[in-house]
Amino acid sequence: MPDTIAVDVTRYRPDRDDRPTTQRYEIPLRKEWTVLDGLNYVKDRVDGTLSYRWSCRMGICGSCGMTIDGDPKLACETFLTDHRPGPVRVEPLHNFPVIRDLVVELTDFMAKLPRAKPWLVTDSDKPPPDAEYRQTPAEMDEYKQYSMCINCMLCYAACPVYGLERDFLGPALIALAQRYNLDSRDHGADERLEVVSAPEGVWDCTFVGECSRACPKGVDPAGAIQRYKVTAAKETLRSLLLPWGRR
Amino acid sequence: MTEYTGLYQRLYRTRVPILWWLRRRSYLAFVVRELSSVFVAWAVVFLLLLAHAVASGPRQYQSFLAWSAAPWVLTVNAVALALVVYHAVTWFNVAPQALVLRVRGRRVPARVVAGLHYGLWALVSAVVAWIVI
Ligand code: SF4
Ligand code: FES
Repeated sequence: MPDTIAVDVTRYRPDRDDRPTTQRYEIPLRKEWTVLDGLNYVKDRVDGTLSYRWSCRMGICGSCGMTIDGDPKLACETFLTDHRPGPVRVEPLHNFPVIRDLVVELTDFMAKLPRAKPWLVTDSDKPPPDAEYRQTPAEMDEYKQYSMCINCMLCYAACPVYGLERDFLGPALIALAQRYNLDSRDHGADERLEVVSAPEGVWDCTFVGECSRACPKGVDPAGAIQRYKVTAAKETLRSLLLPWGRR
Repeated sequence: MTEYTGLYQRLYRTRVPILWWLRRRSYLAFVVRELSSVFVAWAVVFLLLLAHAVASGPRQYQSFLAWSAAPWVLTVNAVALALVVYHAVTWFNVAPQALVLRVRGRRVPARVVAGLHYGLWALVSAVVAWIVI
């Protein structure tokens, strides 16, 4: 095994560059090193000006998303040895404006986030219970998968619709809405319906399915969206057939 | 270009390239699936024309047969057949993602859901073939 590997890192320094450039670094190739370890090596020993985000280095915080050899990946879960012989191409996540080097701007997602009401909406007619909410394992299974999301934005980087359609709420957000809709303690499904079943909600999705392949947590946002389409269509039908009903 | 003052961010925005769908195999597969809808529509139109010809008597039917034996119609139909099959197969393969079935509280595995789709497809085809032949 050769003991070094080259990484081609996209650099963008807004104070001096008009467009991104690529910089090559030779780093030691260790069996247990991830791309993040490689970047940390560069930052500590070679070039302290390189900027990127990370925190947990164990696939929990969701901050180290980048494009590695063309795929949206968590840098802390991508091993250098899997990208031998290199060079490993490291770029910022696609579909987001770049602040500097590998750091991207996520305000668009943050601004859309509260629209899906990603919290337990209580039934306002009933007083809050004075004991804890009980939930069976089966009830928890309904939404557990969707609650695994770490907001890493890999699914947004993988989604061609999000790249073309800036208003699209996007995969993780809709999966998050489903996470609460399917929770037996939640009563907010009606309130979310208007946002999520709007054109820039589920109907912008053309089911490319790349979000689910990119997701490091097995959330399957594409599945969540298609399931929601069925729900939304049913609700529309119901409100047409029973205009005097609920809603 | 506005001069950099250090007081505000100077973001670099990329544009999605026109040929974005050539960047990944799965994107290409998706775009082909979307385009295949045109041929699905063609298959429906062809079927309607056939039904119309059958309904309006043997002479009409004969001329319809002659028309559909023309090389260009044959070519279009061959391409349509391939793409309609592609359309059906790719849809059936992703169907389990959209369809969550539960039997006695357990989620039906994806392979079974897809399998049921194929089974149903075969069954309907067999019934149609039985009626026609
Ligand atoms: S759904 Fe998956 S890919 Fe998307 S933000 Fe959540 S964890 Fe990341
Ligand atoms: S550093 Fe936290 S997910 Fe990679």
